Amino acid sequence: MSEKIRVLLAKPGLDGHDRGVKVVAAALRDAGMEVIYTGLRQTPEQIVTAAIQEDVDVVGVSILSGAHMTLFPAIIDLLRQRGGGDKLVFGGGIIPDEDIAALEKAGVSKLFTPGASTVDIIDWVRKAVAARKKDEKLL
Amino acid sequence: MSLYTEFLDGSVVALSRIISHIENRREGYQEVLSRLYRSGGRMYRIGVTGPPGAGKSSLVNRLAGLAAEAGHRVAVICVDPSSPFTGGALLGDRLRMQDIPLDKGVFIRSMGSRGSTGGLAAATSNVAVALDAFGFDTLFIETVGVGQMELDIIDACDTVVVTLVPESGDAIQALKAGLMEIADIFAVNKADRAGAEQMVYDLQSAMEMKAIHSEWIVPIVATQATGNVNLDELYRHIVGHKAFLENTGLLARKRTEQLKKKVEQVLVKSIQRDIDRTLLNGAALDEIALRIMRGEDDPYSAGQALFQRYKFGS
Ligand code: B12
Ligand SMILES: Nc1nc2c(ncn2[C@@H]2O[C@H](COP(=O)(O)OP(=O)(O)OP(=O)(O)O)[C@@H](O)[C@H]2O)c(=O)[nH]1
Ligand SMILES: [Mg+2]
Repeated sequence: MSEKIRVLLAKPGLDGHDRGVKVVAAALRDAGMEVIYTGLRQTPEQIVTAAIQEDVDVVGVSILSGAHMTLFPAIIDLLRQRGGGDKLVFGGGIIPDEDIAALEKAGVSKLFTPGASTVDIIDWVRKAVAARKKDEKLL
Repeated sequence: MSLYTEFLDGSVVALSRIISHIENRREGYQEVLSRLYRSGGRMYRIGVTGPPGAGKSSLVNRLAGLAAEAGHRVAVICVDPSSPFTGGALLGDRLRMQDIPLDKGVFIRSMGSRGSTGGLAAATSNVAVALDAFGFDTLFIETVGVGQMELDIIDACDTVVVTLVPESGDAIQALKAGLMEIADIFAVNKADRAGAEQMVYDLQSAMEMKAIHSEWIVPIVATQATGNVNLDELYRHIVGHKAFLENTGLLARKRTEQLKKKVEQVLVKSIQRDIDRTLLNGAALDEIALRIMRGEDDPYSAGQALFQRYKFGS
């Protein structure tokens, strides 16, 4: 039996657009994953704390407010500082192509924009998590 | 460095990873649990259960904060149902716990029930052992929304808070068995709604019978989790129940019973696995079933014969 993929979905900043993230949450759940949604108006601090406590495989961030160039790097930096650098950060929302390129360089694994199909999103998560086999010593 | 060493050094990341190992029963998890068991036993565990949507998460949201303010090192485990079809789950409890002071080191872990039907996940009490060994002294466990008979929580905690709402009023009669019997404290939540007083009154009369036989009088507290009304009262009763259990020696007795059950579970599971591997696989069982259908054997004789073979060898 393969292990459940655990996903944190978060809405940082003052952005109140939550339809997209809810669509993604339902899709990932129906694909058999365990999805933890943090709710609106989360600080990078809260998102990173939740990601670490919940030991999720991936952190999905939804931003439609235009603040993606500051919020994504803030989350990634903090994750690394706190020892959660192995968790993949991905996301979606209203993000122009040139910003996508810059963000992917800055450590965001993948970004999805309006119209993205949930099938593609599910597929990406499965592949990304499977590719990232970590081996660690328990005892 | 191993996760366990980092855990001993106080790394929250390591704690969280070890919980995943336990939850997924990854190789070596039992050995880690053996060690964790030996360094725990100090944590007080409060279960919060009740029907779906009664306000369990909203109550824990406040209670965890009160415990942290009182100087406790607080952890929360919240369980939500996994889909029996896809195995997926939306773990939504954390969303209702936004006021918990994470900056005070409160640790929240969401779990999917993953096929368990007793209101918790199979691994919940083992995860609690890890939190205990890590140094948390107070744990809140929120069950999935339960009906009458999902009562696993009694084996996983010290104080049970049963959460009801005014609308549960008509259900008291039906609820008399099971859920109603395991309450150490009742929270009648959503007391801002009509019918709360009646509900408290009905509960009081339902509990009067029980009070005669028990030294503990089950408190009934009307709360408004979202409005933060009467939460300190509920918290005081939890502290009171803890003191009661400690002073009467009932806490030690309760934990002894829980541990006996746990050992039994480990034993029975090992035997079950052994039987599955040795006796119950292969064609022998098919053959027995056919013999029974032909009237040449019966389930009792066949089962006994298998048992004798298992116990004494054939
Ligand atoms: C509906 C809507 C609203 C609704 C939101 C309702 C709600 N609860 O969500 C309301 C009316 C409240 C609203 C308000 C505002 N809005 Co508005 N809104 C939209 C609109 C029309 C559609 C958004 C939507 O729901 N799409 C449907 C969902 C399913 O798609 P999605 O969110 O894009 O998600 C998909 C992908 O992006 C991706 N995705 C998204 N998140 C994630 C996360 C992960 C992990 C993954 C993998 C994928 C992923 O996958 C999803 C599925 O394909 C967009 C325009 C547009 N065409 O996008 C503007 C838009 C987003 N809004 C905009 C603005 C400016 C506002 C307001 C500031 C307007 C104002 N001046 O008052 C307010 C701000 C509100 C707030 N507090 O944040 C702008 C944003 C501009 C920008 N970023 O530069 C847009 C782009 C309109 C525009 N062209 O100007 N809005
Ligand atoms: N009116 C009112 N609503 C409340 C109160 N407490 C909680 N709620 C609301 O009731 C809904 C359910 O609350 P939760 O705390 O999620 O309930 P729960 O028992 O944890 O639910 P599950 O975990 O899904 O079984 C939410 O919308 C809360 O805001 C209250 O005291 N009064
Ligand atoms: Mg809940």
